[in-house]
Amino acid sequence: MSKKDNNQPVDPDTTGHSWDGIEEFNNPLPKWWLWTFYATIVWGIGYTIAYPAWPLIQEATPGLLKYSTRGEVVEEIAAVEAANEDLNVQLASADLTTLPENAELHRYAVNGGRSLFAANCSQCHGSGAAGFIGYPNLLDDDWLWGGDIDTIAYTINHGIRNDQSPDSHWSEMPAFGEILEPEEIQTVVSYVQSISGQEHDADLAAAGEEIFLDQCSACHLETGMGETSLGAPNLTDAIWLYGGDPEALTETITYSRFGVMPAWGLRLSEAEVNALAAYVHQLGGGQ
Amino acid sequence: MSSEDAPSLYAAREPVFPRKVKGPFRQMKWIIMAVTLGIYYITPWLRWDRGPSLPDQAVLIDLAHRRFYFFMIEIWPHEFYFVAGLLIMAGLGLFLFTSALGRVWCGYACPQTVWTDLFIAVERWIEGDRNARVRLWKADWDFRKVRLRIVKYLSWAVIGLATGGAWVFYFADAPTLLRDLVTLQAHPVAYTTMAVLTATTILFGGIAREQVCIYMCPWPRIQAAMMDEDTITIGYREWRGEPRGKRRDANAGDCIDCMACVNVCPVGIDIRDGQQMECITCGLCIDACDDVMAKIGKPRGLVDYFALKDEELERAGQPPKSIWKHIFRPRTVLYTTLWSAVGIALVVALFVRPEIEMRVSPVRNPTFVTMSDGSIRNTYDIRLRNKHGDARPFRMSLTADVPLRIALEGTEELVVEVGPQETFAQRVYVTAKPGTEAAQNHRTDLRFWVEDLDSTDRAFIDTIFNGKEN
Repeated sequence: MSKKDNNQPVDPDTTGHSWDGIEEFNNPLPKWWLWTFYATIVWGIGYTIAYPAWPLIQEATPGLLKYSTRGEVVEEIAAVEAANEDLNVQLASADLTTLPENAELHRYAVNGGRSLFAANCSQCHGSGAAGFIGYPNLLDDDWLWGGDIDTIAYTINHGIRNDQSPDSHWSEMPAFGEILEPEEIQTVVSYVQSISGQEHDADLAAAGEEIFLDQCSACHLETGMGETSLGAPNLTDAIWLYGGDPEALTETITYSRFGVMPAWGLRLSEAEVNALAAYVHQLGGGQ
Repeated sequence: MSSEDAPSLYAAREPVFPRKVKGPFRQMKWIIMAVTLGIYYITPWLRWDRGPSLPDQAVLIDLAHRRFYFFMIEIWPHEFYFVAGLLIMAGLGLFLFTSALGRVWCGYACPQTVWTDLFIAVERWIEGDRNARVRLWKADWDFRKVRLRIVKYLSWAVIGLATGGAWVFYFADAPTLLRDLVTLQAHPVAYTTMAVLTATTILFGGIAREQVCIYMCPWPRIQAAMMDEDTITIGYREWRGEPRGKRRDANAGDCIDCMACVNVCPVGIDIRDGQQMECITCGLCIDACDDVMAKIGKPRGLVDYFALKDEELERAGQPPKSIWKHIFRPRTVLYTTLWSAVGIALVVALFVRPEIEMRVSPVRNPTFVTMSDGSIRNTYDIRLRNKHGDARPFRMSLTADVPLRIALEGTEELVVEVGPQETFAQRVYVTAKPGTEAAQNHRTDLRFWVEDLDSTDRAFIDTIFNGKEN
């Protein structure tokens, strides 16, 4: 019963192939190995019939099972949405100020809001919500239109200076280049620097105060503290949307600014807007 | 090149019918089989009291809750390095045993060997010993053959089912799962897993047997790198046995060519051809040959464990090196040292595991926020793990060389309550007043503290406060 030993140098089986005297040993594979190989071929053919496989000119053959990864994703998304339907209904009608008391709903809103923010808001406000020049930082304690959660939800819903939404926040600063002389604008710049605690030319600032009270205080108030109902920024603090240096201030006063934001209520569901508001509110600046 | 009578590139399997054998190595294999299979089948049924909120199964891989329980030890997912460490130890242990004793793993402890051995034993009980099995194999299909084959496969199926069953019991509470399995209420995954494992156990242990080792397993190829001329392995003392011949023949060696070593071999080789890749060094040929040598009144050890180095010595008529000299050599000492080092490191890591754990990830997008009063704020996401079975209040604080203020998101207080066995995420704000050192410096060192107010255990993490670069 001794098995033929192919490892021994004496009289080995060869395949009969010989190249310049170099012979090929025959170490036969087991038969079942061959049959397994044939089985994989049969399986492979069946697989290409059952699943999308053969590339055609426009698209690939769809396969008998009509399977597609996109179809699977659609199903999975539908399943997740069905599973979250309860929470979405609750969130759509939730009182946002007391939302943190409902830990589960709040967690759902914040996590959902994080995804929505990444998909819809991060293009302007940055993935970390720190903003850019012209796009407000949502992490700090300074809010153009108000930082309590209901106002944040309102802003997201209706947008800013958005003519598609009649309830949008709206205000417009005049381009003072058409009203004031460049020298006058420089005095206003110096005055704004003075009230925000920056180095400034005291004489120019004193001259600018009068113009400021005359032209700017209607919106920015006499103190320069701004008015959130008008979206007029606080000019006395350390935060500048377009920059607080003389060049940026001069440009702002001369040409004005006109920052806009989409009305997300037109694109997202109520629950999604509330989720975004909850997320933004807990980033560190919420009031 | 001649191709007219080219030999087939594929060969049918030559079936192996190992004969029953008795002896010390066979005895050892039975004991190891009983111990290893016993551990495998019984472990899921051991209980270990961990209190009301935790499972009482001694060894449990709880995938749903991401915990691994092993008696008094509980591994969380972030401590998976313990498992990695155990795997490294298993690898080094395999190197050690292979370099010292050859393929003892293959011969005695490998699940493939253990189950094959068990399946062959079952086959022998049902169909008889070697000669009976060969006859049965050659016999035409009659009622007896069908009956024996059915009984054999049914017995194998029961073993396979128990094997697959034992496997799923490691992943769920065993008594509950067994009840659910019997009443057909268990999860389909449990049934599928059991079906797959039952089928593969029968296929590998009962049908494929030595072919798994020869054609499928990579280890026989790798082991050569761990073996040298000092490695103890199985060989045939051909200088003593050859030329083979009748016992009465005065010129013949000790080998009487009785084929006992071949007949008992579970992989179907002739050890007298020398060490070969198929050999799993199970030692059964030694038992068989020693038995014959005793009967014909010759010393044992014609087929024996010895190292290649001994061959030269013995041929020259000198005694072989002692087994300890073979085993203690730089290579095995190195493997042992590494193995012990990993083991000691794991045990130490296990005992210095803190009961409260804190992870601090500073928010780096953005690195800091300027507040309206010009102060600089950094944000940190802190995770607290409460490994206790009850809710604990944790107080957070910080120390630094410069004044910094700490505040928590969503609460005015600095104390948070973390539920039992929970991980709790809390966002923490640290603020530096405008114009202070921390606000202006690029980086300031900072240490977060967390104190378990119930046990007064404390833990800290060092991190960095980012100021506004000027």
